[in-house]
Amino acid sequence: MSSISLAERRQAMGFCIYCWLGLASLVVVVWASFAYLSLDPMRLFTAESRGYMGDFVRRFFPPDFSADYLQRIGKGALETLAISAIGTLIAAAAGLLLALPASGRFGGVAKSLTRFLLNFLRSVPELVWAALMVLAAGLGPFAGTLALALHTTGVLGRLFAESLENAPREPALALVESGAPATLVFVYGTLPLVTPQLIAYSLYRWEMNIRMATILGFVGAGGLGQMLYYELSLLHEAQASSVIMAMLALVVVVDAVSAWVRRGQIRAGG
Amino acid sequence: MMSALPSALPPTAPLRDPAALSRAGWTLAALLVLWPLLHIAQFRPGDLFDARNLKVMGNFVGQFFPPNTSPEFLGFAFKATLETLAMATAGIALAMLLAVPLGLALSHSLSISRIGPGPGRGLGEVIRAATRFVLLVLRGIPEIVWALLLVRAFGLGPAAGVLAVAVTYGGMLGKVYSEILESGDTRPARALLESGSGRLMAFFYGLLPGSAQELASYTVYRWECAVRASVIMGFVGAGGLGQLMDQSMKMLNGGEVSSILIIFLLLVLLADAISVAIRRLLA
Amino acid sequence: MSFELSQIGLVHANGQRALRAITLSVTGGERIAIIGPSGAGKTSLLRILATSIRPSEGRVSVLQSNPWQLSGHELKRLRARIGVVHQFPPIPPRQRAITAVLAGRLGQWPWWKSALSLIYPADIAGPREQLARLDLADRLFERCDRLSGGQLQRIGVARVLYQRPDLLLADEPVSAMDPALADLTVNQLHSEAATRGVTLVASLHAVDVALRWFPRVIGLRAGEIVFDLPAVKVSDGVLRDLYASETGILPTQDNQPLTVLPAEEAAVNGLKVVVPPRVI
Ligand SMILES: Nc1ncnc2c1ncn2[C@@H]1O[C@H](COP(=O)(O)OP(=O)(O)O)[C@@H](O)[C@H]1O
Ligand SMILES: [Mg+2]
Repeated sequence: MSSISLAERRQAMGFCIYCWLGLASLVVVVWASFAYLSLDPMRLFTAESRGYMGDFVRRFFPPDFSADYLQRIGKGALETLAISAIGTLIAAAAGLLLALPASGRFGGVAKSLTRFLLNFLRSVPELVWAALMVLAAGLGPFAGTLALALHTTGVLGRLFAESLENAPREPALALVESGAPATLVFVYGTLPLVTPQLIAYSLYRWEMNIRMATILGFVGAGGLGQMLYYELSLLHEAQASSVIMAMLALVVVVDAVSAWVRRGQIRAGG
Repeated sequence: MMSALPSALPPTAPLRDPAALSRAGWTLAALLVLWPLLHIAQFRPGDLFDARNLKVMGNFVGQFFPPNTSPEFLGFAFKATLETLAMATAGIALAMLLAVPLGLALSHSLSISRIGPGPGRGLGEVIRAATRFVLLVLRGIPEIVWALLLVRAFGLGPAAGVLAVAVTYGGMLGKVYSEILESGDTRPARALLESGSGRLMAFFYGLLPGSAQELASYTVYRWECAVRASVIMGFVGAGGLGQLMDQSMKMLNGGEVSSILIIFLLLVLLADAISVAIRRLLA
Repeated sequence: MSFELSQIGLVHANGQRALRAITLSVTGGERIAIIGPSGAGKTSLLRILATSIRPSEGRVSVLQSNPWQLSGHELKRLRARIGVVHQFPPIPPRQRAITAVLAGRLGQWPWWKSALSLIYPADIAGPREQLARLDLADRLFERCDRLSGGQLQRIGVARVLYQRPDLLLADEPVSAMDPALADLTVNQLHSEAATRGVTLVASLHAVDVALRWFPRVIGLRAGEIVFDLPAVKVSDGVLRDLYASETGILPTQDNQPLTVLPAEEAAVNGLKVVVPPRVI
């Protein structure tokens, strides 16, 4: 058996120097994060904290499944659905309105201004909007609806504007040449081309908003979240755990339905 | 949107549009569904113009300009920003610790009992089903709900936020890791398992070389999401920028809120840029 | 007894029957070639021997144990003793040759040794020695996606040589190589089997390689054993029957026409196959 040369030993190193540096800096960053937060992950796994956690979890069982409470949960879930549906609908309408200037139909200045507005609406998270809307419209689902509408307008407006910009121009040009007024040109020449995409975007956002609507209640904006917050603050763990299960069920059902719809679309060649 | 189309047609057209009836039907149905929804959502635009609300909101928004730039407040905000980033980073690190074993357990391409099928097949399927259920619960409950619960268990502060990120993103990463591991070329791992290698080493020698890049890239993307989530979670007391914003909002301090909003936007941009840069480096 | 198959049948999950009533028993140290047209069931048979599929019918015994009655742990140990050269080497493209070869011992090494070996190879001399036997020593640290098909196939062979299994199985191990390299590779598989006294079973698409290197040749067709003969007894007639070739062309490594001497003549000459000189 021949001996191994030094050059070979150096080559044998599995990683390149950059991989090692990258890995090392990753470890340092993670370590620094824990240090900055003065967290000791090991402390979580001591027997004492395990016992404490066990007690904490036990208080959530059994969940409250009384018919009376289930009915209230049903109402909360319906409220969540309503918030998400109305919020998304308003956002789709407002998004379409703002998408017109944002796609450059009314000149460059209007385009930049609306783009800025849309980006701003989109960058502020739903929950922050909800906290603001609770101030503006009072506690309750209406605040949640407005919050979702504002954030989603930003998202959909941008997507809609992109669709409008990418839509083929020929049908609209043909109508312009035949002397149709601008509104009709848009309604007959451009809108039909992009409608399927706009609907797909809106449905997709609705799906995300259902999830989001379950938690907006934490700042007082209605739905299941408000119930959960309320029950937890009164230390009603049994009720809280039924609300959490309802949230989980809602998310799972929405996931399953959207997967099912998407599969159907793919099969239908959409 | 759909309902606007039929009304654009003249109602007494000489030849009837064959689709008119169904369109009218759909419009009616939509309105019928919409009405109770509006009711449930307590859709009362008038509330916005309620004198008291207008006054509160007006005062509050009026204070937005100028944003608070006092060094003392900016110092707080800077600390909170670092705390948010640290929460996301520490949370994702723990999430990976959770996701890797769960993802490996779930992945069919690393199942030894499937070869043959051999002994332990039934047990393997039971473990996989249980793992799938655990992952579903972890990621199905929104991170802020976890934060709300964990704040009750661990007290106010970033610990709850870190754990909430760890739990939710652990669930997401675990599921996606297993999907990534099953989507690539699984023959190398299978061949290793067939020559007596253990699961973990079959993963390292057979699957990781082909999927490391995708796994890392997805994890970085999730880190970016976790930064956003960490801000939000402060609203239930889990530390970071969100908690600061919550306090400023409760005190109706518009100047502070607008500063924090600006910082938040910059933070999201920064996280986005870092994530894009790392993912480009990985590619 | 290296392995024993009795009345083995295999039906794949899609209902396709791949093997029918295979009975075969092989003692330690034998060297066997399996030949037959594509789709005959060569791969299926080898996979049953490799304990990677369970037969639908019949009994298997490999290295003195019935793999499908073992516990998970015992089965793992048994699998570590069986080495398989795959037709398409199952090696991740981004892996280095040395790592791919070292992976042959994953079933024998404790996990920590395998894990450390990812960072720095636990053994450099071993893989280099095995690669040198296949004329690939200079590719030790090369990434596998920078190798040609034939080179990659040899990495797969080197992995199994490095594994030092008690049963050597090879599924068309030289299908992507030119005749000279194919000879080199089969030769190495051979000398490994001979020096360690283990059984070698190889399926081959090339009749000339099978007849030149393997004392015992099994002809497989439509999932059944058509003949099981010492190489010297394999005649032109059985081969043409096996491949059902009216055209008279038998598959060979170099795609040259092959003439097989009648059995008596071969016995006299001590030479079985007549091939163009440059191959020998
Ligand atoms: N995984 C599989 N699933 C279904 N049918 C298979 C599978 N593998 C092989 N077969 C079928 O089994 C038969 C034998 O295949 P194989 O053993 O691969 O033959 P060979 O290696 O001799 O070409 C063929 O008809 C093939 O189509
Ligand atoms: Mg084959």
